[in-house]
Amino acid sequence: MDMQVAKKKLGLKERYAVMTRGLDWKPSYQKMEDIYPYIAYEGIKIHDWDKWEDPFRLTMDAYWKYQSEKERKLYSVLDAYVQSNGHLNVTDARYLNTVKLFVSGISPLEYVAHRGFTHAGRQFPGAGPRVACLMQALDEIRHAQTQVHAISNYNKYYNGMHDFHHAHDRVWFLSVPKSFFDDAITAGPFEFMVAIGFSFEYVLTNLLFVPFVSGAAYNGDMGTMTFGFSAQSDEARHMTLGLEVIKFILQQDPANVPIVQRWIDKWTWRGYRVLTLVAMMMDYMLPKRTMSWKEAWEIYFEQNGGALFKDLARYGIKMPDCTAQIALEKDHLSHQAWSTFYNYAAASNFHTWMPDEDEMAWLSAKYPNSFDKLYRPRYEFWREQAAKGNRFYNKTLPMLCQTCQIPLVFTEPGDPTKICYREVDYKAEKYHFCSDPCKKIFEDEPEKYVQAWLPVHQIYQGNCFPEGTDPTAPGFDPLAAVLKYYNLEHGRDNLDFDVSEDKKNFEAWRGQATKNV
Amino acid sequence: MSTVFIALQTNEDTRQIIEAIVQDNPHAVVNEQPAMVKIDAEGKLVVRRESIEELIGRPYDLQELQVHLITMSGNLDQDDDAMTLYWNA
Repeated sequence: MDMQVAKKKLGLKERYAVMTRGLDWKPSYQKMEDIYPYIAYEGIKIHDWDKWEDPFRLTMDAYWKYQSEKERKLYSVLDAYVQSNGHLNVTDARYLNTVKLFVSGISPLEYVAHRGFTHAGRQFPGAGPRVACLMQALDEIRHAQTQVHAISNYNKYYNGMHDFHHAHDRVWFLSVPKSFFDDAITAGPFEFMVAIGFSFEYVLTNLLFVPFVSGAAYNGDMGTMTFGFSAQSDEARHMTLGLEVIKFILQQDPANVPIVQRWIDKWTWRGYRVLTLVAMMMDYMLPKRTMSWKEAWEIYFEQNGGALFKDLARYGIKMPDCTAQIALEKDHLSHQAWSTFYNYAAASNFHTWMPDEDEMAWLSAKYPNSFDKLYRPRYEFWREQAAKGNRFYNKTLPMLCQTCQIPLVFTEPGDPTKICYREVDYKAEKYHFCSDPCKKIFEDEPEKYVQAWLPVHQIYQGNCFPEGTDPTAPGFDPLAAVLKYYNLEHGRDNLDFDVSEDKKNFEAWRGQATKNV
Repeated sequence: MSTVFIALQTNEDTRQIIEAIVQDNPHAVVNEQPAMVKIDAEGKLVVRRESIEELIGRPYDLQELQVHLITMSGNLDQDDDAMTLYWNA
């Protein structure tokens, strides 16, 4: 009779060592610099790649096991959600606009992150970081796919999501998140890891995913909550790796410190500017609010980021200077962003609206230093105008920042009544910026940022009309032509929420869901 | 001392995990938010395998925690017996 003798299993540390070390080899007939062509030019010095350690000590076997469990959970919840017409249980149809923003602004970035980590993993000569990049690349494509699957259920009923990827590559404000990631993947592999792995994942994603997912749950959106949580369980790992990659680079050589500091300064600001969209989502787009943007910033950046930079001080890393400006903006950011989108509702793939009285009271309470004085009067005026049939739709194209690509709508640090403009002359051309940090980023790498694809410039150059458009034809309507190019339908995908088909349909369907018709 | 934290989904699997964390970290503060539980602790937070096993009555692999994690903060050290979050400064 065969006796089954249980073999002693390897411990976590041993398993990690066996499955992430010694997988590489010294090339004999090719030069290292030919195989890894991007590893030296950024100036980062690595002496011992084996010092890289994933603190979770995750190996591929465990990775597949837990990821498949996450997928099973996700898709069974999604099935249940769809089968029970779960979309009719969200607080109100305004909420759906956060989902539109997410699928057109964020999900395509997940796919680009997948490509970025695949590329970075290929470029690193160490087996440990290659394995970590492989897992993260798989996570990111999983996020893109699960988000598209989950949100496709909303696309069956609501407008604006039908061609999200097409929109991502074209719609004016979506160039903000798109150019952020394009900037990162066109950097060297080390800068990419600092930009995405550290600044975005560790320092900033708490501000994106935690309020978004918790907000989705609070607003009855089980579909988004579920894909959000499923992705977030990976993000927790990415954050930890982001911190690890920074410590690894800093420990390898003191000469790396100033390079990394410049990247942290740059990418903290770049990421913060993208989070403008999250700020207005939290303060305006969630019918039931979880916390204000300002509160989230204080908890997740000022407290948590503060602890992080205190910890990194022993390597000579300091808190980015731009955080002083961010602190001045936290009373204003979401209001200035929402005002802008309210203005440009005719050119967007989602609806905007004016907050009601209760929401105004909430905003006053959360922003006692700014809301009643600066933003409430503006909203009351717009609301009055809308009631008289003059809902304002701004059709003048704004000046864009060459770096972050956001229209120049932010105010001077310390003076919220004056718009901030900065400019630089470079090779006989003038470039515009929303702020000092964006201007500095340009000045450090002008040859990169002069290539920016700025939607407003592109529209004026005639590059954003459908093929065969004749802009010289009598009665030519440029906005109508641009919307066609975006594949958005005027009157259906854009304009105020109050006049939207989404609002009308949601009310009718919710009515049907609660009584026999 | 800076604060570390871990946030887990609110569900039947994490109920006892959170209980174990609170037992092992008397200085931890539990913060219930929509659909999630955030646990803050000054300086250091330890999640122990044995404490969880005691409460759930079966062997537990700390890597299973991955399925329920939402976010965390601090330096991490994980082995078979414990998962530790800490700040050095």
